[in-house]
Amino acid sequence: MKEYTMVVLVKQVPDTQNLTGEAMKEDGTVNRSALPAIFNPEDLNALEMALQVREEYGGTVHVITMGPPSAVEVLKEAMYRGADRVYLLSDRKFAGSDTLATSFALKQAIQTKIPDFDIVFCGRQAIDGDTAQVGPQTAEKLDVPQLTYVESIQELGEKKIKVRKLIDNGTEIVETALPVLLTVTDTANEPRPFIAKKLLKYRKAACEFDLPKILPRYPQFKTKEELKNFLKKKGLFIEMWGLEDIKANKDDVGFAGSPTMVKKIESITLTGKGFKKIEPTDEGIAHFVAELIEDHTW
Amino acid sequence: MASNGEVWVYAEHDWNKLQDIGIELLSKGRELADELGVKLASVIIGDKVTRHATILFEHGADKVYACEGSKLDNYDTAKYAKVLTDLTGQYKPQVVLFGASARGRDLAPRVASKLRVGLTADCTDLQIGDFKAPDGTEYKKILYQIRPAFGGNIIATIVNPNTRPQMATVREGVMPPPPSKKGKKGEIVKAIIKMQNLPNLTSILHREKTEKKVNLKASRIIVSGGYGVGSKENFAIIRNLASVLGAEVGASRAAVDAGFIEKDHQVGQTGTTVRPALYIACGISGSVQHRAGMDQSAKIVAINNDPEAPIFSIAHYGIIGDLNEVIPMLIEDIKKRRVE
Repeated sequence: MKEYTMVVLVKQVPDTQNLTGEAMKEDGTVNRSALPAIFNPEDLNALEMALQVREEYGGTVHVITMGPPSAVEVLKEAMYRGADRVYLLSDRKFAGSDTLATSFALKQAIQTKIPDFDIVFCGRQAIDGDTAQVGPQTAEKLDVPQLTYVESIQELGEKKIKVRKLIDNGTEIVETALPVLLTVTDTANEPRPFIAKKLLKYRKAACEFDLPKILPRYPQFKTKEELKNFLKKKGLFIEMWGLEDIKANKDDVGFAGSPTMVKKIESITLTGKGFKKIEPTDEGIAHFVAELIEDHTW
Repeated sequence: MASNGEVWVYAEHDWNKLQDIGIELLSKGRELADELGVKLASVIIGDKVTRHATILFEHGADKVYACEGSKLDNYDTAKYAKVLTDLTGQYKPQVVLFGASARGRDLAPRVASKLRVGLTADCTDLQIGDFKAPDGTEYKKILYQIRPAFGGNIIATIVNPNTRPQMATVREGVMPPPPSKKGKKGEIVKAIIKMQNLPNLTSILHREKTEKKVNLKASRIIVSGGYGVGSKENFAIIRNLASVLGAEVGASRAAVDAGFIEKDHQVGQTGTTVRPALYIACGISGSVQHRAGMDQSAKIVAINNDPEAPIFSIAHYGIIGDLNEVIPMLIEDIKKRRVE
């Protein structure tokens, strides 16, 4: 039986959905840097779907994230949940990438490092930009079919996949050939929690840039290289890929590769224009209802 | 990079009919085209779709590009993307708009990636204006693509100064539908696209329509409940007020997450965007993400016992009080008037 090579694309995002008072500035706008960084929620559904395929059919789950060094945290969380291999796609030259430039970098990473992939899984969209564009654009760049808004995999064969997906006003069962890219919705599954044993093991996982910091914790090693080899042997070394590792052209990524530009950002303020106060009494309510009737709202 | 290219709107065709979003977008499309002094065109793809040209003309399109054939009956990303990339290559529109529907958001990014042009998702407004890039280059009359981001906490204006067409998907329900002019005519351009050996095809084996029980968009009045309603059982009070007013029942994300009511009722950034004549928010604090979906309502009434609740900042009428007392008073008063 075929085993599947799977790639899950994940993103670390600011938690825009649970705004606390601490993240609010005095002028009523959001202090974006004060928001906690989390695993993008629908990327967890994508990871869960990949892990379920591995459990049912066998295979390997590779997880890639593109972002700053701090994004390594979501890779660790992916390992705590059962991912086999994780990679950090990080380079200053990627900074400023819009969805097109991001999809280019992701495509280069997949084609260069995991060219024999069968299925790429993405979350439907990320909660910071809410664009839902990187999945389809990566599929186009990889020249594979895309199945978006996927809720479940119905059948998986040697060369074919059949899924149930959401469409406007309904659902569809769609079939296509492998390799394929899927974007997964939050209704697809319930992402598994951390597995205690894996948490204990992979919390020690480290990336190249962590080595100087953690070397003192390993008195048995004198150099970063020795420590790196040890971590590699234990499966605790997280590979980091830069522009050259994925053979990308600098003009295709970052600001240079991004056709969109931000002209202006306005913060939404919570201070308003004032409202007409209605007293919560029979009389107040009666006046209010009369007013709405008079101006034909009712 | 001034251009006399047209403004295009993709007219979604599904379940054998034209979808509302493609018509709705013609109002904004008309405005943009007039400002640019160019023609407004609809693009429609599917089987036997030319018959819909009339309605597109009547709602403002000057031209309709129709690509039809039995092989185009069912939507397929690869086929439809091929049609759109070929057509844009041939006719060079300067702006192409899609609805931010599931289909629009499947199709537009594939097309933009193929054309290597910028695409802005889920815009809530579009304008024409000038832009000075950080390097000093000045661009005249380009498309401002305005959209909320960061969970609705910021509004960003995005431009694609150097690539054409400028592409955007536009959120449903945020723009008023265009007026209809009976008998208005236009030009039909039949497009023929070669489809041989097209890779990446999908086949639809089965499709099922789920009838939406809740129709928030079509409602003149919406009564919405939030976390402050307190329980699933107590949501009856919201339903009662809605029923007296002939209104639809809405809800905040917090109420949906708490299990008080089904997700179909959710208003907001991750739910439905509405702009009714009257929106009554009961026990809704008014998070940015909720307000993003209802702040265009003509009249907003907030009922909340917390005078500090952000919902009051966008309300036209505010009732500071316990919804369990205020709503019955409202119902009572309205019923009394009916009898009179």
